[in-house]
Amino acid sequence: MARPKKTTKTSLPEAPGLPKAPTGIQGLDEITGGGLPRGRPTLLCGSAGSGKTMLAAEFLVHGALQYDEPGVFMMFEESAEELAQNLRSLGVDLVRLQKQNKVAIDHVHIERNEIQETGEYDLEGLFIRLGHAIDTIGAKRVVLDTIEALFSGLPNHAVLRAELRRLFRWLKDRGVTAVITGERGEQSLTRYGLEEYVADCVILLDHRIADQVSTRRLRVVKYRGTEHGTNEYPFLIARNGISVLPITSMRLDHEAQTERVSTGIRGLDDMLGGRGLYRASSTLVSGAPGTGKSSVGASFVDAACARGERALLFAYEESSHQLLRNMASIGLDLGRWERQGLLHIDASRPTLHGLEQHLVHMYELVRELKPSVVVVDPISNLTMDRDDRLLKPTLMRLIDYLKQQGITALFTSLTSDMAADVADSQVGVSSLMDTWILLSNMAANGERTRTLQVLKSRGMPHSHQVREFVMGDGGVDLVDVYLAGDRVLTGTARVSQVAQEQAASDLRRRDHDRRLKELANHRKAIDAQIAALNAQAEERAGEVEFAIERERLTAEGASARARANAQSRDVPPPRPRVPSATPAAETPARKGAR
Amino acid sequence: MNAHKSAKLTVAEEKALHEERPDVAEWQLRLYVAGQTAKSIAAFENLKRVCETHLAGRYSIEVVDLLVNPRLAAGDQILAVPTLVRKFPEPIRKIIGDLSNEERVLVGLDVHPRQ
Repeated sequence: MARPKKTTKTSLPEAPGLPKAPTGIQGLDEITGGGLPRGRPTLLCGSAGSGKTMLAAEFLVHGALQYDEPGVFMMFEESAEELAQNLRSLGVDLVRLQKQNKVAIDHVHIERNEIQETGEYDLEGLFIRLGHAIDTIGAKRVVLDTIEALFSGLPNHAVLRAELRRLFRWLKDRGVTAVITGERGEQSLTRYGLEEYVADCVILLDHRIADQVSTRRLRVVKYRGTEHGTNEYPFLIARNGISVLPITSMRLDHEAQTERVSTGIRGLDDMLGGRGLYRASSTLVSGAPGTGKSSVGASFVDAACARGERALLFAYEESSHQLLRNMASIGLDLGRWERQGLLHIDASRPTLHGLEQHLVHMYELVRELKPSVVVVDPISNLTMDRDDRLLKPTLMRLIDYLKQQGITALFTSLTSDMAADVADSQVGVSSLMDTWILLSNMAANGERTRTLQVLKSRGMPHSHQVREFVMGDGGVDLVDVYLAGDRVLTGTARVSQVAQEQAASDLRRRDHDRRLKELANHRKAIDAQIAALNAQAEERAGEVEFAIERERLTAEGASARARANAQSRDVPPPRPRVPSATPAAETPARKGAR
Repeated sequence: MNAHKSAKLTVAEEKALHEERPDVAEWQLRLYVAGQTAKSIAAFENLKRVCETHLAGRYSIEVVDLLVNPRLAAGDQILAVPTLVRKFPEPIRKIIGDLSNEERVLVGLDVHPRQ
């Protein structure tokens, strides 16, 4: 048996159970917990065009390039040139790999009409060819695509079946990890029941068209001896090959950031605790048509670019030019950011691809541009009339991915006009979002008013008020709340309230002016009075001094005359009498003057 | 076993003849086998008999043992063994199996049986 041999094979350090051979295909290794069963055959079945050959080829090429496991590609349908061409479109040079002995290709071709059958035979020739190819390059991987072609080439199916059974056993004994592709059958997994022989691992590929949009899906039907994801996973053949999208990364282990970023709307930042959103959080902006969702998205992008960060805007309703023009009308010049290379607008019709294709396209752009902010406007368009259930897992994947990349994301979502139940209309994704902003139209008093409210915002205090949302030349902003009684006033009511308050304050101001003027006048009057009194006092003082002076001069004159008289008679004046009499007369007068 | 040994010799002779004078054989046949299994021995004997009966002197047989020369298998797109390939006259025709049914071998080789 092959089992004991398996245990001797080297196993991956990360897979302690069954040894696995990584496929190197994005997502598939996650689902299978490390890859395909090493040293065993895996059956890959699916209808025509479901991507079997591509997946098998990638398994082989990745093995050769990344894991140092050369591989043999045995083709029963395509020719080597065709395969090389297909792989060249994915950037793989098969010819070079062949020259380097990393890949061996053998095209097995049988023409039914040139074969005649007589008597017993077996398929030893096939074994020898395969064995020779394996030995030549020391192959660890083998792809048989599509071995069922033998059924149409060889008439004796009994022999063929016996030989196929032997072949798979032989592959196990050789210890190569093999992928065998098979066409999907009506009742069974494969048309010729290959699953009967390959029992270790069966992967089913599917290609479905829903509403004219195709989606590829992959399911691990069976994987003996190991855990595996059992869901159907969408996958894509994109520019760089196949990528399978697991529903989520199955874990919630992204780091929570504490840094905050502005939404670009001052009023909204204020509502969110004054500091805006958490970096790497996801925000849903939902609302009816014409409530200003795109403007919120554009403001967000504008703010990011103004901080010098890169932003990526997915527009599914407007063309890039239309968006730029419309945002310019509210004073958001996004064009300059685009010219500076900070902003990339990716506008496409949602019907262009299936949902998953969109997702992969987003992944690719995000990987390429490494933005710090991503806006999707709107996510609701992505589904068209399709089942909303599809959108949720897709978005979940996107949100997870963006969070892991530390990207702050904002999604807008259109709700129908008639949607009375707010929570029901958000394409079921609101629970995935960290912050949910609801825009709505309020019709009251014969007019429509845009309002904004924060329905939830994880991990931060936020306002519970409904604010009025205005768009003007200076961009988007929120108007301060006017409370009148128990009502928040908006629109005309707010304007009239403002007018009233304006009038009242005008009146008050005038009153104050008047009172101040009065006071000033009063002060002026008092000042005048003071001046008059001062003048009076001066006048009085002048009179007194004058009187004193006059008296002094009179007294001096009298004494001078007396002296003159005495000199003229040469008679000394009577000394004792006069000097004593003069001071006596002077003293009281001096005192009065002072 | 004896028959086979003699057959081997004959093949070698035939091959030598064919190499010396490539134009000599009107029917160039190549038999692919994988080792000396019962089937391959039977196939060779059956082929020899048919040729001797219907194509005496006008044929050459080359036996290719894929165990010895595995890389030759891809050239003639050999899967099943034994496989008889009619290299000449063209077009190439293949007959798989131990060639036990003479009629079918003749049909496969497009040889008109000699009365």
